[in-house]
Amino acid sequence: MTVLKRIMPCLLYNGKNLVKTVNFKRTNYIGDPINAVKIYNDKQVDELVLLDITATKENRKPNFQKIEKIASECFMPFAYGGGVSTLEDFRTLYNLGVEKVIVNNLLRSDPSIVRKASERFGAQSIVASVDVKSNLFGKLRPFAYAGKKIKQSLEAYIEAIERLNIGEILLYSVDRDGTYQGFDTKLVRSVASITNLPLVVTGGAGSIEDIKEVLYKLDVNAAALGSMAVYQKKGMGVLIGFPDRRKVIQDEYI
Amino acid sequence: MIAIVDYGMGNIASVKNMLRHLGCTDVQLTADPEVIRVSDKIVFPGVGAFDHGMENLKKTGVINALHSAVFDQKKPLLGICLGMQLLTKGSEEGILPGLGWISAYTRKFRNHESLKVPHMGWNYVRVTNPNHLLKKEKRYKFYFVHSYYVKCEDKSNQLATCNYGLPFDCAIQQDNIYGVQFHPEKSHQYGFELFKGFLSL
Repeated sequence: MTVLKRIMPCLLYNGKNLVKTVNFKRTNYIGDPINAVKIYNDKQVDELVLLDITATKENRKPNFQKIEKIASECFMPFAYGGGVSTLEDFRTLYNLGVEKVIVNNLLRSDPSIVRKASERFGAQSIVASVDVKSNLFGKLRPFAYAGKKIKQSLEAYIEAIERLNIGEILLYSVDRDGTYQGFDTKLVRSVASITNLPLVVTGGAGSIEDIKEVLYKLDVNAAALGSMAVYQKKGMGVLIGFPDRRKVIQDEYI
Repeated sequence: MIAIVDYGMGNIASVKNMLRHLGCTDVQLTADPEVIRVSDKIVFPGVGAFDHGMENLKKTGVINALHSAVFDQKKPLLGICLGMQLLTKGSEEGILPGLGWISAYTRKFRNHESLKVPHMGWNYVRVTNPNHLLKKEKRYKFYFVHSYYVKCEDKSNQLATCNYGLPFDCAIQQDNIYGVQFHPEKSHQYGFELFKGFLSL
């Protein structure tokens, strides 16, 4: 048998507070990350993903102090991304209690650091975050929300990432982000056909059925929830929560 | 007081955080033989290579204190991940002998088609020998990260097994010495329960 399927919150953050976007825009204030993490402990989520979405844009380091506080309340594996630019940043984050460091801009601004981090800390502790957006002609293209622009096709970009020896890919659909329309299954299928790396898919989850579809029909390893983890439901107010695992995971017998 | 053995092998803050969360106010990260001697219980975590772990243990000069705490004073000790592996006689990862306090050996996951090494993620744990840490009637799952696994030489030391391409011993015990391959400190409710059991010893 292999490892179990995972469902997790994918939390966006501005270095201080949690926020949530729609299509990577219209940033809405959510609240304090520490309180949220305490709730996710109780909800027994499989992992926690935290993305500092403004660090690279503002050319600043991760907020290590805050990350340490979050890690100290996080009793499940913790993956952090945002503003990671040196080998020292990786080391500091692991020492603070982060299990996986997520990189995005660094994949293209200085891939040699990603490769070195992989040699030093192990491929399994590095996640490549890939944002994808369809262009005017409906073609799926890797998207740079911050940092260096991407000229390659999605296929070439994924293949280049694979050569850096990382553990998994966090695949984020910009088109579906915050829409509750379901995961972009066309995107997931096309990336799964390019790489054998485990995928954590995110962007668009609106229902239990959406999650089941990617985990079981598309046989993806993990699904991450944005809006569903921070709002009551579409168009409603903030409510930190998480779907009941037993309703999603079919082989769960606990 | 709970002593967490600090011998420079990976992040140990998360163990402390979970113990604090469970209400342990006196938790010390330490390599001081005197602190080990006066502690009530010992947690022995660790992440990294086997020989590096043994070398660091020797360098910190804490082995004698641990030995006497466990064998003379009979204090409960919980090895986690590399800490568990160091309790065995040795590992295919290195050439140095382990502590050998539990009659077991640490082996490498051989390449198994489609299964990646390290074994990283959540997996089910089957309790084979109910005990204070893991109860028979419950089906547990825990978070794992490891490339080597432990096999007991004597089945009576086996508490629980996990399956990743092959069955291996993910929780072991010899009297007051316990070892777990998974990370209870990162396995929320399941970890809380296991630590509560350890604290009740």
